[in-house]
Amino acid sequence: MAVEKRVPALCNYAMFCAGCGHGVLLRLICECLEELGQEKNTIAAIGVGCSCHLKSGINVDLVQCPHGRAGAVATGIRRAEPDKCVFTYQGDGDAYNIGIAETLNAAYRNENLCVFVVNNNNFGMTGGQMSWTTMEGQKTATSPAGRDIALTGAPIKVPEMIAHSFRPAYVARGAVTTPAEINRLKGYIKNAFQAQLNHEGYSMVEVLSTCPTNWGMEPLAAHQHLMEHVVPYYQLGEFKKRGE
Amino acid sequence: MSKATADQERCKGCGLCIAYCKKNALEMSSHINSRGYKSIRVLPDNCIGCGICYTVCPDGVFTIAAE
Amino acid sequence: MGDMIKGNIAVAEAAVRAGIEVYAGYPITPSTEVMEYLSARLPELGRTFIQAESELAAINMVLGVSACGRRSLTASSGPGISLKQEGISYMAQMNFPAVILNVVRWGNGLGSLDGAQTDYLRETRGGGNGDYRNIVLCPSTVQETVDLMYEAFDIAEKYRCIVVVMTDSGLGQMMEPCEMPPFREIRKCSWGLDGTYQVKRPDFLGRNIPGESDAYIRKVREMRENEQRWEAVGLEDAEYVFVAYGMCGRVMTGLVSEMRAAGQRVGLLRPITAWPFPEKAFAQMREKAPGLKGLITVETNGEGQMVEDVALYAKKYGLGQVPVYALPYVCGVPKDDVVKADFDRILSGEIKEVF
Repeated sequence: MAVEKRVPALCNYAMFCAGCGHGVLLRLICECLEELGQEKNTIAAIGVGCSCHLKSGINVDLVQCPHGRAGAVATGIRRAEPDKCVFTYQGDGDAYNIGIAETLNAAYRNENLCVFVVNNNNFGMTGGQMSWTTMEGQKTATSPAGRDIALTGAPIKVPEMIAHSFRPAYVARGAVTTPAEINRLKGYIKNAFQAQLNHEGYSMVEVLSTCPTNWGMEPLAAHQHLMEHVVPYYQLGEFKKRGE
Repeated sequence: MSKATADQERCKGCGLCIAYCKKNALEMSSHINSRGYKSIRVLPDNCIGCGICYTVCPDGVFTIAAE
Repeated sequence: MGDMIKGNIAVAEAAVRAGIEVYAGYPITPSTEVMEYLSARLPELGRTFIQAESELAAINMVLGVSACGRRSLTASSGPGISLKQEGISYMAQMNFPAVILNVVRWGNGLGSLDGAQTDYLRETRGGGNGDYRNIVLCPSTVQETVDLMYEAFDIAEKYRCIVVVMTDSGLGQMMEPCEMPPFREIRKCSWGLDGTYQVKRPDFLGRNIPGESDAYIRKVREMRENEQRWEAVGLEDAEYVFVAYGMCGRVMTGLVSEMRAAGQRVGLLRPITAWPFPEKAFAQMREKAPGLKGLITVETNGEGQMVEDVALYAKKYGLGQVPVYALPYVCGVPKDDVVKADFDRILSGEIKEVF
């Protein structure tokens, strides 16, 4: 059975590295916005880092936020424009390191918006430094001997924290790897948008992604690494389902 | 029957589509696009239009449409 | 004459009447009454009050509201305003207008709760990273605070810049009779984001930095040319001109008129905009006061901050030979007999010029 598939007009060419997972997430967001009829009703708040590529990568209104502050900026947008579809697009360094206060507080207030966080285990744009999601033992530009969790903390699990401590509408973690995982992830993203459009409150979808350039791996090897070494720690699935 | 077509200008030559295609319907061409990347080519005889390349491609290279 | 009203409440109500739709802030003495008042007032009008997790979050909420072309306010003091500098610098870059109320308190770091003018240099120089300027309005009465806050939003939107309303503990906490302006109609600026993707943006890596900078500097020059405000007394015959703003300006308004009545040839320049500094008044001084013997700032900080601007503009307008003195009183409100005594010490040569 053959299907018609074409990249939404919202989704431009984006300047991510070859094989980077960001591009898949960007396309999935565009597909969901299109399917939900929100192409001309959306304002995004983007983080600093590789997320900056959305400035030319997506044809929706957006604000380039100070590093880590997308949760607060999106709150302002949400309160100013109650009828618009509002989402943040951030990396793990942006949302979980420098922006952990703004991220958690937006979730804590149960702001009616969607938060998409790309977790690729490092700071990508600045050249692969350790972030709070860097895996134990992982070598990065600032953990050259491998991440020592006794000194630096263990990889952080923010979606679990939000799902279990606050009262959000929807929280899930997907991955940009196999076609099956990508299809599942699209379902999560759509759920998040639908929750917002239905005024159910805050939703977060964390997206496990590869960073072939900074991991020093071929794109396919990075996929395999992600499935074998990252997914067992960062479990995939829905942590808070809608209406639960 | 539907087939995949590739917009070679969007391709960065990462090769993920080749790895996930079950029908050996894709190959890296020697064509270097205007951004300087090697780009992918569809082998229409092998393509069944399943859309897996569209799904895994990070750069929106593929369109699946009726011939 | 209007009703007696506390400065912080009056300024908050002025912002409401100017059409703010959102307030976002974090409590800090001596500005807290602003948010306490708005936490009831805004919902009553169907508008939005957000108690933010930090001043940093509050300024970024304001950034989000401003991006949508709508009016909002955040207020703070001392270290809270320091935290806001990141968002202010970003808004300057993106040409998002905003109005920020700084109820200044004394000090570095945590400082103290005393009123002071220790933030003059920070506010007039922008405060965050970069090459931008904010318009800084510095009222000296509750009525003037209300009037300037009301107008601040129009100024901010005219230039798409940041306007800082700079009061202090004294002005925020005192009560005075005050007339309130009428309610403005709420409207969204035409350039505000509305989700329809009308505002196109330059590519992330393809920006024209010299072009961006030139456009910004053109705007700065326009602001500098058009927005200087001040009040002057006796420049035409003064031998000594006091320069003082805010609570010090208020004290000096009374003292200078008293001294002039007693026959002393003194004058007053009271800046209403700390930036742009009222340099045009210096051009007038050069023409009007050929017998000028000294310029004296009266400030509440450690060694004078505004005195640097006074010396710079004296030089620019050909008054470079006129000595520039500072009478700094650290914090609070200077007492007029103390200022008078210090003026005598200037005349006797005991207090030397700074520049």
